[in-house]
Amino acid sequence: MASEKGVMLLDFWVSPFGQRARIALAEKGVQYEYKEENLTEKSELLLKANPVHKKIPVLIHDGKPVCESLIIVEYIDEVWSDKATLMPSAPYQRAQARFWADFIDKKVYDCGSRLWKLKGEEQQTAKKEMIDILQLLEAQLGDKKYFGGDSFGFVDVAFVPFTSWFYSYETCANFSVEGVAPKIAQWAKRCMERESVAKTLSDPKKVYEFVCFLKKKFGVE
Amino acid sequence: MAETVKLLGTKGSPYSHRAEVALRLKEVNFEFLHEDLAHKSDMLLRYNPIHKKIPVLVHEEKSIVESLIVVEYVHEAFNGYAILPSDPYERAMARFWARYIDEKVIPAFWMSCWTDGEMQKGFIGQAKEALTILESQLKGKKFFGGDSIGFVDLAAGMVAFWFGILQEVAGISLLNEEDYPVLCRWADDYCSVEAVKESLLDRKLLVAHFASKKEKIFATKAPVYD
Repeated sequence: MASEKGVMLLDFWVSPFGQRARIALAEKGVQYEYKEENLTEKSELLLKANPVHKKIPVLIHDGKPVCESLIIVEYIDEVWSDKATLMPSAPYQRAQARFWADFIDKKVYDCGSRLWKLKGEEQQTAKKEMIDILQLLEAQLGDKKYFGGDSFGFVDVAFVPFTSWFYSYETCANFSVEGVAPKIAQWAKRCMERESVAKTLSDPKKVYEFVCFLKKKFGVE
Repeated sequence: MAETVKLLGTKGSPYSHRAEVALRLKEVNFEFLHEDLAHKSDMLLRYNPIHKKIPVLVHEEKSIVESLIVVEYVHEAFNGYAILPSDPYERAMARFWARYIDEKVIPAFWMSCWTDGEMQKGFIGQAKEALTILESQLKGKKFFGGDSIGFVDLAAGMVAFWFGILQEVAGISLLNEEDYPVLCRWADDYCSVEAVKESLLDRKLLVAHFASKKEKIFATKAPVYD
């Protein structure tokens, strides 16, 4: 990890956290080298770049690593500030954006994982929770084009990678995102019209295959 | 005239502490509204309907919640003291370490205090590792923020003041001078900063508070910060 000029992203194809970084880089038109990590055999570079958590994504900019997906996205937004601003400029709106991104971080992935990991009562509880989360986010979106308003922003970047997991959540827990949160479903379609999102997000069917692979691995039936 | 800045919090909470110190560093005139967490006020529930927690900063009738988000807001909305670094990379590092404190240091330390047997041994191991990693970030500096306190120091306020109190009540010795000389020295320096001193409760009061809640915390593992 010499002080090489340039941008590198250590990532894993289906990770919604890695995809946040990829979308932010694409929105800004930043050239970078993508390195796919084998998470069962982490590279020396990853272990050196993120010794504390040993996780992806890691952005390495001119030899210096930045870890944690939302921190990476804010960093990208601040460094490449001339184009496609993701964070609002006013402090209050920035605090709101951070709040909702933090909410998504704390709730969506964890609850989503419980939808495919659990069965019976526990799964039903997780399903109810996921519906509540989606409806809360829908209320926040309202009739806006994006969470960021007219422009695609920080919260959109934070949430959109999870939309390719909707099919898996729906299939495992038997519900419909469009049924419980139609505005979120429409927002997801609108986001897919953006090149940065369309080129980054995994095919929902491939995500589902991955979930099935994980289920087998964890012995979930 | 009513203050346009209000902080809903408690003196016993290290999260409320972060917000309070940030406001004091910026020399903002604010009204501290003490919350009774057993009987949350209508105001708290109105301003933080989703999490229903303190601290809540109310500025010109708009609310900001989640302690680290509040600190970043205070840094951006008010002139004066720079709580976060100006360089984007240093800022990313500050955010990373603040998050590390919240996700690794605090939970491991907390659970070390309120568990026993094999479970406690496991948490103590995690806490020791986390404290070692955190201590290494001081790297010869007086504070995590350099010559003066910054974002990471505020995030670590719980380490500086509350950890000693909690371990005393729990009867363990995790954060001690022998094992963590640099971190302990930092803790003393942090607590000596004027804005921090003004925010802290008398140590004896806080010890008595946690001692009185000891059984309840042991049973539920849930913090009781009022």
